[in-house]
Amino acid sequence: MSRGPSLQLDDVGRLRHFLTIDGLNRELLTEILDTAEGFAGVSERTVKKVPLCRGKIVANLFFENSTRTRTTFELAGKRLSADVLNLNITASSTSKGETLLDTLRNLEAMHVDMFVVRHAVSGAAHFIARHADPGVGVINAGDGRHAHPTQAMLDMFTIRRHKGEFTGLRVAIVGDILHSRVARSQILALNTLGASEVRVIAPRTLLPVEARSLGVHIYHDMDEGIRDVDVVIMLRLQKERMQGAMLPSEHEYYRLFGLTEARLAAADSEAIVMHPGPINRGVEMASEVADGSRSVILQQVSYGIAVRMAVMSIIIGTQNQQGQDNKG
Amino acid sequence: MQSNSFMNADAVESLVDEMAGKLWSLMNERAIQAPLLVGIRTGGVWLAEMLHQELGLEEPLGTLDISFYRDDFTRIGMNPEVHPSDLPVPVDDRHVVLIDDVLHTGRTMRAALNEIFDYGRPASVILACLVERRGRELPIQPDVVALHKEMKPGEHITLTGPEPLGLVIGTDSNRESRNGESGAEA
Repeated sequence: MSRGPSLQLDDVGRLRHFLTIDGLNRELLTEILDTAEGFAGVSERTVKKVPLCRGKIVANLFFENSTRTRTTFELAGKRLSADVLNLNITASSTSKGETLLDTLRNLEAMHVDMFVVRHAVSGAAHFIARHADPGVGVINAGDGRHAHPTQAMLDMFTIRRHKGEFTGLRVAIVGDILHSRVARSQILALNTLGASEVRVIAPRTLLPVEARSLGVHIYHDMDEGIRDVDVVIMLRLQKERMQGAMLPSEHEYYRLFGLTEARLAAADSEAIVMHPGPINRGVEMASEVADGSRSVILQQVSYGIAVRMAVMSIIIGTQNQQGQDNKG
Repeated sequence: MQSNSFMNADAVESLVDEMAGKLWSLMNERAIQAPLLVGIRTGGVWLAEMLHQELGLEEPLGTLDISFYRDDFTRIGMNPEVHPSDLPVPVDDRHVVLIDDVLHTGRTMRAALNEIFDYGRPASVILACLVERRGRELPIQPDVVALHKEMKPGEHITLTGPEPLGLVIGTDSNRESRNGESGAEA
């Protein structure tokens, strides 16, 4: 059985699952962005739906809480005309002792075509993809510290919409890199799409030891790291994932790494500010920046729907083609 | 796939002139003013741009990419080259002219009609195409046609362009699996 990145592609390179950016080439990432561009206009029409996935069933399996990601996946599925089931697993079957595989088998018996999985354990979506029926697609909506590929792609979509091409761009990712599945996915996507320079700016305690091997420039000084960048991506301080004394205090963190208007002045004059949400105001960034003219944080949310529609429809398209291949 | 040139740019342009003339008469007959011209990607958009200019219309031009409305998504999956559809003005109560290069099975037009109605409720829809050939699989007929072309089974006719425009006729044994509608011919 296939493992790792190849698990998400079929033998002719079509996307079967979307688990990680790792192993996907520039053409495929660009295809996702282009398809999302096609879906972006759907939100502005009288009927905010296309019939593409009519009759398909998408199950949102959220083992970990998330309002924004779950809601945008739900809307994405509904705008594709799929039927969407939202399962809050922590509150249902597992508490009665049913195993994960039993839950999967039951959903498959209901002819679910796609699982969207959010789990606190790294590798959970891969596990599900390996054990799911071959006709079922799996999208990773965030697994532990590992990956959050649709978030990374919606960030890429946001950057491309505001900045055009990736070549020549300098992007800084600031904050809690250690606990961030988003940062890992963003770095992979930016490097694959050809950004000129990816910087990470973080205190030593919030940087993973392997950070350097990801192909980034590391800064511990915010003012130095942010200089002349075109895009600033702020990360949320993941207090719930921290054990022990990684930070002196939130106040101290804000003083050293918080994004203020004064700090932002060192970036390129056209620089945009992004954040995957939810924002801790006054911890990662000042309210005046979050609500300011450079902030594209709310656009990120809107684009998230179009990008998730693109990933879902490409995977369901691959399933359709496979069904056809098997027939013929 | 083999293909041979059937018409050069000059010949295609005179067909477009003919389309423009017929469309103009039809609009007069129906007392249609300020119609919204909508070209279907890709060939229909080139034609719509030319017609828009010839008719001297002031309303902006619309484009449709019907990829999200195709009836063969369940068989062939997603078109990897989707472009956004763009209807720059509301279609509600407006006369819409749908423009495509080749009308064949009628399936593209079915998809286009469905997409148009997701933008609103037009007053009427006119179908104008450059070439019409037999082989309809749906009850859809054109209002304006420049050329009726008899073709053998397995043959297909495609508008190439945009610079220079041309019509080519080819044969392709694999086209059957794509419903005879690989974007250019429908």
